[in-house]
Amino acid sequence: MIPASYYLILSAVLFTIGAVGLLIRRNALVILMSIEMMLNAANLTLVTYSRFLENIDGQVFALLVMAVAAAEVAVGLAIIVSFVRHRDTTDLDEINLLKG
Amino acid sequence: MEISIAPLNLLAIAPQIVVSVTALVVLLVGLFLPEEHRGRIAWPSLAGVLIAAGLLYYLWDRNDLTLSAMLRTDGYSLFLNLIILIAAALAILFSVDYAGRVRLPRTEYYSLLLLSTTGMMLMTAAVNLITLFLALEMLSIALYVLVGLNRAEQRSGEAAIKYLVLGAFSSGFLLYGMALVYGQVGSMALDDVRVHLLSTGSQSPVLLWLGLGLMLIGFGFKVALVPFHMWTPDVYQGAPTSVTAFMSAGTKVAGFAALGRVTLVAFSGLQNVWIWVLAVLAALTMTIGNLAALRQTNLKRMLAYSSIAHAGYVLVGLTAANRTGLDAVFFYLFIYAFMNTGAFAVLIAAHRLGSSPVAGENLDDLAGLAEHRPWLAAAMALLMFSLTGVPPLAGFLGKLYLFSAAVEAGLIWLAILGVLNSVVSAYYYLRVVVTMYMRDKKGAEVVPAPLCPALQLGIAVAAIATVFWGLWPASILNLVTITTRSFFGG
Repeated sequence: MIPASYYLILSAVLFTIGAVGLLIRRNALVILMSIEMMLNAANLTLVTYSRFLENIDGQVFALLVMAVAAAEVAVGLAIIVSFVRHRDTTDLDEINLLKG
Repeated sequence: MEISIAPLNLLAIAPQIVVSVTALVVLLVGLFLPEEHRGRIAWPSLAGVLIAAGLLYYLWDRNDLTLSAMLRTDGYSLFLNLIILIAAALAILFSVDYAGRVRLPRTEYYSLLLLSTTGMMLMTAAVNLITLFLALEMLSIALYVLVGLNRAEQRSGEAAIKYLVLGAFSSGFLLYGMALVYGQVGSMALDDVRVHLLSTGSQSPVLLWLGLGLMLIGFGFKVALVPFHMWTPDVYQGAPTSVTAFMSAGTKVAGFAALGRVTLVAFSGLQNVWIWVLAVLAALTMTIGNLAALRQTNLKRMLAYSSIAHAGYVLVGLTAANRTGLDAVFFYLFIYAFMNTGAFAVLIAAHRLGSSPVAGENLDDLAGLAEHRPWLAAAMALLMFSLTGVPPLAGFLGKLYLFSAAVEAGLIWLAILGVLNSVVSAYYYLRVVVTMYMRDKKGAEVVPAPLCPALQLGIAVAAIATVFWGLWPASILNLVTITTRSFFGG
């Protein structure tokens, strides 16, 4: 059996990739995917612990998080579509009306 | 096989159920109303909120675990629910006229407002990491849409994108932190975390520390603590003003409720460590919030920075981590809901008096307000004085309790810093008063638009509340002490 630490390190790496991607990429769609990656990294951690602790809560939580992530992406895409209608771009560097 | 189902005890979460059902009913009713009558949806929404508030009174003495120990209805959650419902009711009153005028889709608007309220109310009751996260997402996702609901206005969409990206970013941190805590403790219940920490103490593994840290970052984003506050001014400025009024009070109450349960209950075993983290965050939040507010000329941005500073003051009370501190936090959040939503409501009224889409947002727009709208100017002046902390208004008492709790906990430097910050904040609050009373309106003549009665009522309630509870705080303080006594089990 593969030790738990492998899964945990993998999810930590995935989480970092997601977080860094969100900070350095400027395309709104890539940013949404980075958010998904962060949430799924957390899910992997939850499921890993759930398996190794033999406690079902983590798996249940992971399922609920998937539903939440789907809702978040649905809302995110809707907001981006409404932004694109105004600006015709998905580049977040074009967001510049609010400053000060 | 026999399946045992725990009794549901739905009565204990009846207020939340009433608000969420109202949200769904409102959404359905709106479908069948012609566009010009949709403004009336405000009234059933308000009725739902008031019924829920009535149920709080009925449930007052309870201390129940419901839904398989996922939620706890106790004085802590009931009192904070009261604040959230007050903020929601005020926001609905402010929206009656405003939502129609800036052409928000009103059916969705009121429905989402109520759903977000439900999320906040559930968050105050959550005693399990799962419900905590789900409630937080419920309130956040509804707010993402609300912030971007003014589709004619580009800034609203920009604010929504910023809020969504940073909100989801913080949710990611929060969730990862929860996963790490779960892994070390083996349970999602906050009580189990507490029991686990009592046995291990500060010998806890590094992953548990990391989990707590990530969760604090997540909550820090939600209640806008420095250095996680960057989104606040942009989102508050871009969102429809009635939404800003609601979220500035509601999310703070819900966020602090969760932060309180996590720090004071779950992680009470590590108190000597997180106190210092929170103390540093509080000091940074107060100072940077106030300094940044000094140079704002846009009132919505100024109030956004001021709300950051106020989050810092509240955090001082939480840092004290004793009963006096929690008393002060509750009292302050209660007062703050009136002061802050009221101040935003005055901006809504000022918007009504101008003609451009950003009327009422700039400091200059308030020039000469005292002359042609004396009552509105007087209400704004009261709210500004209360936010500064001028006696005998409620804001003064709130700050007094917060800072004396810090002194009691031995954090004298934090109390001194808080007082200094209040002095700095006087500059930008009083500048508003000076602009209203000392400067004359230049150029365009005043639009003689009458204000909507609901808006007038809301502003009057907010202004009177700051005076009333400044002079007679005993009624609320009694409630607060009963609440915190049950929370600390004394």
